[in-house]
Amino acid sequence: MLTLLFDGVAYGMLLFILSIGLAVTLGLMNFINLAHGAFAMAGGYTTVLLMQHAGLPFLLCMPLAFVFTALLGAVMEATLYRRMYNKPHLDQVLFSIGLTFMAVAGVDYFVGSTQQLVQLPEFLKGRTELWDGALGMGHYRLAIIAVCAVLTLVLQLLLVRTRFGSQLRAAVDNQRVAAGLGIDVNKVFLLTFAVGSGLAGLGGALGAEVLGLDPIFPLKFMIYFLIVVAVGGTSGLTGPLLAALLLGIADVAGKYYIPKLGAFIVYSLMILILLWRPQGLFSRSGK
Amino acid sequence: MNRVALSLSLATKPLWWEFALWAFLLSLPLLLPTHALLISEITIIALFAMSLDLILGYSGIVSLGHAAFFGMGAYSAALFAKYINPDPLLGLAVATAVTALLGAFCSLGVLRGSDLTRLMVTLGVALILQELANKLDFITGGADGLQGVVMGSVLGQFEFDLMGQTAAWYTLSITLAVFLLLRQVVVSPFGFSLQAIRDNALRAQAIGIPVHARLIAAYTLAAALAGMAGGLQAQTTGFASLDVFGFDRSADVLLMLVIGGTGWLWGGIVGAVVFKSLHSIISAWTPQYWTFWLGLFLVLLMLLGRARLLRPWTWGRRA
Repeated sequence: MLTLLFDGVAYGMLLFILSIGLAVTLGLMNFINLAHGAFAMAGGYTTVLLMQHAGLPFLLCMPLAFVFTALLGAVMEATLYRRMYNKPHLDQVLFSIGLTFMAVAGVDYFVGSTQQLVQLPEFLKGRTELWDGALGMGHYRLAIIAVCAVLTLVLQLLLVRTRFGSQLRAAVDNQRVAAGLGIDVNKVFLLTFAVGSGLAGLGGALGAEVLGLDPIFPLKFMIYFLIVVAVGGTSGLTGPLLAALLLGIADVAGKYYIPKLGAFIVYSLMILILLWRPQGLFSRSGK
Repeated sequence: MNRVALSLSLATKPLWWEFALWAFLLSLPLLLPTHALLISEITIIALFAMSLDLILGYSGIVSLGHAAFFGMGAYSAALFAKYINPDPLLGLAVATAVTALLGAFCSLGVLRGSDLTRLMVTLGVALILQELANKLDFITGGADGLQGVVMGSVLGQFEFDLMGQTAAWYTLSITLAVFLLLRQVVVSPFGFSLQAIRDNALRAQAIGIPVHARLIAAYTLAAALAGMAGGLQAQTTGFASLDVFGFDRSADVLLMLVIGGTGWLWGGIVGAVVFKSLHSIISAWTPQYWTFWLGLFLVLLMLLGRARLLRPWTWGRRA
């Protein structure tokens, strides 16, 4: 029971890190980015390829995955995404689906369609049992929770305490007024998009072992990222965090107790929540 | 006649080339008897795309899960033929009715919320149905698909043959009937009210259009027609499998409609023909990676602006 809860929390934290970039893109630019999973996949594959071919240690690959995906995100934002901000949602959806298809086929072509395995370092492999096995904690999942918790705190501080955070929040609330106050909204967009993509890449690298990594990763988890954002709302970090935890726990518990209905529960829950509160469960008000 | 009435009546009259084109399409199974199977395949997805156009092009609802209704229709038709009655027209009517019920139920989910909420709800419904069809394997055959569907003959006269002649005529006639029906629908006051809602729901409400009732009606009709397309597919192939609910199918039909042009009934047909041709050309060249080129095409199309696809003379200009 506690073990399930623990696994659910680890899964939820991972989902949060993966989707927070999407929440920001959606809240800030009002852009529906279905290609977000592709960035996560890029991070995962960076790690796998660096470990397999360059022989770099796992821990070193994590920051590299972040940096690489952030750079990729920055380039994509400046060249492609920026042109799409003012288009209708239908165009954005099709554009990002197109990107996803390209990523899926491209990875398939260059790396192959088999699932990639990540060799964890020895010290992350074990498992600790507490209270006569009532709570079994995989060390790797413990590490995931720790990393994600630290990241969440850092993000929260960044958002609330720094000058950049205030600029970002101002731009989310009202783009035109923020621009009028002399905030370089384009730069804020670029940096935020890069950081969001980088976090997705880091999440993909961390999650490669837990979620599995193959070329259809972006399609497989797209719906999960979207659930986190749609249910959590885009008005802060707390909403998506709670939504991700809820989703992680519900998914793990659902698959354990009622394997026959597995994903069914999560989707139904999502639809019910969205019918009840179309703006998301934790949004401040119905806009 | 005042100007408004005149322009409305112009839009309601079929143009001469539409008759010619339909006559041409109906004669295709005779002209290309060896490609009859391909003809019925394209006709079915054209019907599917037309049904999406009703909610996307005319009512402005972005749906990423339209395959839910296609799949529902396919499984209803296949199950009905297998267990109850093999008559195709009866089966098609049943599949359409079942899907209409599902559509009416789901339409409650797309009334409220933003584009994102609608995307999520439509996508979620398709995923739930796929999951159900997968798990209820004692009825649906699960991941193996529903096999052993034997169809009766159309109107008791025309047997389904291996070459697909009957299937092609059957799908073409049904699709023509739906096209004629939709032509009437989109130029009726009902159709114009849908377009008003698409352009500005708030103002539409202010001039007295019952927004929710109209959206429910449009969504139900679109679902029923998508179900009809699914039913046709199951009947002509004698098979239904999980991929009828797939995300790819929803995305593909969206793409077809965008290629052909939204808010225009011929858009679905043009899009289906272009998409299928592209598909067969590219997959003959590189079968495994054709989605890459599809993706590239989508990205470029969206960057250029989809309104300009059919207007090549504007390509050089900046957006």
